[in-house]
Amino acid sequence: MTPRIAVQEAPFDLAAETARLTAGRQDVGGLASFVGLCRADDGLAAMVLEHYPGMTERAIARIAEEAADRWPLLGLTVIHRVGRLEPGAPIVLVLTASAHRTAALESCAFLIDWLKTGAPFWKREEFEGGAERWVEAKAADDAAAARWKPA
Amino acid sequence: MRILYFAWVKQRVGVAEEELSPPPEVRDVAGLIDWLAVRSPGHAEAFANRKTIRAAVNQDFAGPDHPVAVGDEVAFFPPVTGG
Repeated sequence: MTPRIAVQEAPFDLAAETARLTAGRQDVGGLASFVGLCRADDGLAAMVLEHYPGMTERAIARIAEEAADRWPLLGLTVIHRVGRLEPGAPIVLVLTASAHRTAALESCAFLIDWLKTGAPFWKREEFEGGAERWVEAKAADDAAAARWKPA
Repeated sequence: MRILYFAWVKQRVGVAEEELSPPPEVRDVAGLIDWLAVRSPGHAEAFANRKTIRAAVNQDFAGPDHPVAVGDEVAFFPPVTGG
């Protein structure tokens, strides 16, 4: 199982990515997907995502590797967009395939929780009227990632 | 040593990256921050609150006592906010 990892400005196509994971095989019994979207909070005009090219791909590959070690996955896709995204735009896609639902669902949740805290992305919010601010890391995200640590 | 800055750290320092040769007594991430912080008012502003700064050495997250050496790529940035 080779994870598909992409960091790109272009939008992604959930149907096409799903088809890619299942094409030509009949052993996949469950697919789980998470799509994160840009919310229009507080008059947000756009979200600008910056990342650390090179390290980002390495960090995601490491998280994907850990997911593949912990769950019996048949397919894994992570696509994270960067650049300027307007409210409603999809930001991130996590897609996991397994023989059974539990592995697909759990690994999908694990991956998105870790993407929030373990990959070098930064979000800057631009508001109508020109104000801007960097999104601050949330303790709730650290807690969500921490729950996957082995006891 | 290649030093990279991201997000508001980059905005405050004023450049995305710089090639620097810290003196030999700069041995770890914390020492490098001490040395960088007095280079300019922008550097000083960027590194004013160490608690809000994260680092990576050769593209792996690194704590304050992580060693740094000639030829390393060291990056400074705020806590990450992806996903």
